[in-house]
Amino acid sequence: MTIKDVREILGARFICGEEYQDREVHAACGSDMMSDVLAFMKDRAVLLTGLCNPQVIRTAEMMDIVCIVFVRGKEPDETMIEMAKEREIALISTGHRMFSACGMLYSKGLGGGSSYR
Amino acid sequence: MNDKIILKYKVDCDDFTRAGEASSSVKRKLKLMGFDPEIIRKVAISLYEGEINMVIHSYGGTIEVIISPDEIEMILVDKGPGIENIELAMQAGYSTAPDKIRSLGFGAGMGLPNMKKYSDDLNIESIVGVGTTLRIRVYVPIEE
Repeated sequence: MTIKDVREILGARFICGEEYQDREVHAACGSDMMSDVLAFMKDRAVLLTGLCNPQVIRTAEMMDIVCIVFVRGKEPDETMIEMAKEREIALISTGHRMFSACGMLYSKGLGGGSSYR
Repeated sequence: MNDKIILKYKVDCDDFTRAGEASSSVKRKLKLMGFDPEIIRKVAISLYEGEINMVIHSYGGTIEVIISPDEIEMILVDKGPGIENIELAMQAGYSTAPDKIRSLGFGAGMGLPNMKKYSDDLNIESIVGVGTTLRIRVYVPIEE
C-alpha cells in the first residue's frame, strides 16, 4: 500500500507531503499516546492519531514514520506543518473517527505489525 | 572515524513544544555519519523518551552524547525531585505524570520501559530531592 492508497481509502486530504504519495507503507499504528507509539518499532509505518501537537511530529521523526493521519478532522497548526515538511513526513486529515479509520485500512490489508513482547 | 565525538545539550523544564530538539539533532548527526537506520532509531527513541521525562519531571538538566564507532552513550543529568522507587518506575504503565501531560500524549508509564527496550544498557541513579542521572548505551555491531 502507498500513502496515496491510504488517502483514498480514508477519503482524506493532504495537508502537506503530497509529493511523497507514492512512498510505500508497511504497517500502521493508531494511538493518542505517543509513548505507546514509541513502544512499537516498525518500518515505513503510518501513524493515525487524534492528538494534535508538535510532539506528534517529533514522535514520527524518531520512529521514521512516513505518514501521519489526523482523525476526527483534526488540523495541525503551521508550526507542525513546517516541522513535517522539514522531515519529509506526509500529513493527511480525515473526518473519520479513530476506530473507523483503523478498520478501513486494516480491511484493505494494512496490518499493525507484531504484538507487544 | 576513530575519535569520539561528544555532543552537549541543555534541556529546559516545562518547554514542552521544544522537547525533543536534542534527540532530533542527534538523530540527524548520526544519519550524516552513516550509522545503520535501526541503530539510529534505537538511539533516537531512547534519548527522546529521556528528554521528554526531563521536561515533564525535572527542573532542567543536560544531555551529553558520546559517539564512538562501536557504541553510542547518552548521559542525561537532571536536577529535580528524583525517582522514589526505580523498580516501580520501570514497570510498564506506572506513571506519576499529571493529567495535563497525559492530555499532551505522554505519561502512559512507558518512558523508562521503552528506554530499556531500545537500549543495550540502561543505568539509573537517582537521589530523591536532588535529581536523576541516566546512562543509556546502544552498541553498534562491527561489520565483518
